[in-house]
Amino acid sequence: MFDEYILEMRNISKEFPGVKALSDVNFKVRRGEIHCLVGENGAGKSTLMKVLSGVWRYGTYTGDIVYEGKVRQFKGIADSEAAGIAIIYQELAFFPELSVYENIYFGHEIMNGGTIDWNETIVQSKEYLRKVRLDIDPSIKIKHLNTGKQQLVEIAKALSKNCKLLIFDEPTSSLNEDDSKNLLDLMRELKERGITCIMISHKLREVTAIADTITVLRDGSTICSLDAKEDDISEANIIRNMVGRTIDDVYPKRLQKNISDIVFEVKNLSAEDRNTGKKILKNVSFNVRRGEIVGLQGLMGAGRTECALAVFGNPYDYKITSGEIWMDGKRVSFKTPKQAIKNGLAYVTEDRKGNGLVLIQDVRYNITLANLDELIPGLAIDENKEIEVAEKYRKEINIKTPTIAQKVKNLSGGNQQKVQISKWLFSHPKVLILDEPTRGIDVGAKYEIYSIMNDLVKQGMSIIMISSELPEVLGMSDRLYVMSEGQITGELPIEEATEEKVMKMAINA
Amino acid sequence: MGTKKSLGKEVFSLLKENAASYMMYFALVVIMLVFQIWTKGKFFTAQNISNLFNQAAYVAVLAIGMTLILILRHIDLSCGYVAGLSGAIAAILMEKVGINVWLSMLIVLLMGLAIGFYQGTLVTKFGIPAFITTLAGMFIFRGLLTRSLASTGTIIVTDKTFKAMCQGFIPDIPGNRTGVHIVTMLIALIAVAAVIFFRIRSRKNRQKYNFPVVSLPIFIVGIVAVSVVILFAAWMLAINKGLPISACIVAVILGAYTFMLSKTKLGRHIYGIGGNDQAAELSGVDVKKVTLFAFCSMSVLAAVAGFLYTSRLSSATPTAGLAFEMDAIASSYIGGTAVSGGVGKVTNAIIGTFVIMSLTNGMNLMTIDISYQYIVKGIIFIIAVAFDVRSRKK
Repeated sequence: MFDEYILEMRNISKEFPGVKALSDVNFKVRRGEIHCLVGENGAGKSTLMKVLSGVWRYGTYTGDIVYEGKVRQFKGIADSEAAGIAIIYQELAFFPELSVYENIYFGHEIMNGGTIDWNETIVQSKEYLRKVRLDIDPSIKIKHLNTGKQQLVEIAKALSKNCKLLIFDEPTSSLNEDDSKNLLDLMRELKERGITCIMISHKLREVTAIADTITVLRDGSTICSLDAKEDDISEANIIRNMVGRTIDDVYPKRLQKNISDIVFEVKNLSAEDRNTGKKILKNVSFNVRRGEIVGLQGLMGAGRTECALAVFGNPYDYKITSGEIWMDGKRVSFKTPKQAIKNGLAYVTEDRKGNGLVLIQDVRYNITLANLDELIPGLAIDENKEIEVAEKYRKEINIKTPTIAQKVKNLSGGNQQKVQISKWLFSHPKVLILDEPTRGIDVGAKYEIYSIMNDLVKQGMSIIMISSELPEVLGMSDRLYVMSEGQITGELPIEEATEEKVMKMAINA
Repeated sequence: MGTKKSLGKEVFSLLKENAASYMMYFALVVIMLVFQIWTKGKFFTAQNISNLFNQAAYVAVLAIGMTLILILRHIDLSCGYVAGLSGAIAAILMEKVGINVWLSMLIVLLMGLAIGFYQGTLVTKFGIPAFITTLAGMFIFRGLLTRSLASTGTIIVTDKTFKAMCQGFIPDIPGNRTGVHIVTMLIALIAVAAVIFFRIRSRKNRQKYNFPVVSLPIFIVGIVAVSVVILFAAWMLAINKGLPISACIVAVILGAYTFMLSKTKLGRHIYGIGGNDQAAELSGVDVKKVTLFAFCSMSVLAAVAGFLYTSRLSSATPTAGLAFEMDAIASSYIGGTAVSGGVGKVTNAIIGTFVIMSLTNGMNLMTIDISYQYIVKGIIFIIAVAFDVRSRKK
């Protein structure tokens, strides 16, 4: 007779210097179910999974891990893997220059005598790729696959290690809608085959669609475990448990809208990547009015970020081949981001750690970096004025930091995002482009960022919001454009926009 | 705050947090004291301290330029031979062509600028890694140095102004018979006053904005320590011939670069590019222009270093420039410039220079063979960087 539960984590507590990350967490996973773990950033989800996988080894936490009926004491990832537990991380760790099969068997090579049996490796790899429904040649280099396929390879790797419990950490955060759907289908298939899945996710729609059980963590404690069949697993109920209060509306409403003339307009813009010669934009036209939030929706790879960067002084060698850009009724063209900034354009990047912030510098430094000129009366920076500016934004945007002398790398994702937004507000833009402004930040901080957006347009700013999250675009925009394969495939006033219409435009070019 | 118990705790946590930067001072003091003992008191003599300043000057100038390059995550291997070549060309212009000393130096500084522009352009416009570009430069400038002195051999420099740069001392008030160089002591007192003034002002500012500050006793101990070091060094110089002109040249360059890095837009941009070049680019920083500037500044400073070295030896030789870049890079890293870029201070690079040059000076006093000197310097260098890397990871 099987145990009903494959995994029971009992009274797990884990402390970091000064912080209690987990306190008496209980977490039970049934054999063969899909169990979703949700909670705000910092609620303790990742820490709990690190305890489970042995990253925080036995002895650094208190409580018991009962896995397959036995109390386990994992001393490292190798131990938990040997027991059949595997984690698919949010940021995939690969050897880009190696082939798919080399990646799958890296670290547990199939040996024949003293050497690697490559033929057997390839045969086995094909088998596992088939299991994850990935129809590719295993000998191509992994760097040639897109993120969605790379993730499937990662899952194939986990299966090849004979895992019984598969943990997904934000698996769809960097996938487009298609790949996300595909992944969720695959998870259901794995479940059929008796593999238990734990999924950490911020995307409640996916959670409610797939979960058999949902466990909510808040501030390092288990709040509740909801059974999909018996309990209320509406998004509203989950959010209420996550934040401990009801958010009546995820998207704050603007009471009066004050939308006037066109401020910024792109006409028939075409662009190509100078290095590869690939056409990235074809005849793109859009505009934004004063006091308006315009959504730019599309699937991953539709060319939205490329479009923003090409307009914003094409810093990565996106060459504009034809088309016009108009700002305030004047034709402009930006050769560098510097010129774009001077003309009132600002771009909050989707990758705040990669190209948004200088993480090793402090809050003050980052806030003023894009507009130092305003702080330089003569030759030197007026540091008193700089501090005043930084303090002003810390208060207005509600950046949670001990002081503005804190290094940005020590802040949470939501607060880093607020620093990034502050930086661009201080450059006094007329048009603010926000690229995935709420990616990877928790519900509370999301709401704050939406409120900031509403305040800004009320003051007469124009916002272009690029987002992969359809509900967010529909909730916040006044009007939206849909992009697909480098083209604008549709424009909708918000009253006419429905998820179905937008998805249709995003898929058909 | 302020009680005895928390003071101990604060000292401990300061030591822990700033281990790497305190390590540098600690190493310097230990090295100097060890040589003082091993040389039976020959290290801290008025003559030797004066000598140490002149010896260290050219490395200090190179280390200042190198720090900018290293913050930007580049490297310049060619600066040693650019210095050597600059000294040689200056000597040729003055001694063989007969051009006025100031004009000669101006021409060579422009040559340095051109070299920096050439290498900087290769790095920024053509995207050739700085390591490769400057390695090629190392070959080229070494060749040019040998070629320029091929027909004449070593050139003896006779110009008094030029020789004064790294042999001369600042003038004293006329008629001083005390045996102590009064102007040197006056400068030291002004320097101490300036240190106290600026430190207090900065502390008050930080308190005004509720930034963390060290407790008062530690603040005072810090000021006293700096003042004592300045006054001690000045006294050693004053009972000899006074403040060397080379030290003044270094001080002026150091002051200018410190100001540039900490107070100007250019400085902010340099740290930004070093910390995250893509973020800097998207924030409107002209990454290529700033990088080009750093290479130009490096080569111009290399020309200055070449003057100082040639001036000290009173001659331009084909071997000048050998391994200068090694001392400069080591100085900068020992002075806490981050191996991963984005962090570094020129003032600390000067401390690093004193660590390296105290080793050279002390081992010379003990007549230790140059081969051992390299080995010892290499070991100290790698320990310093290993310590820095480890403490940064925490």
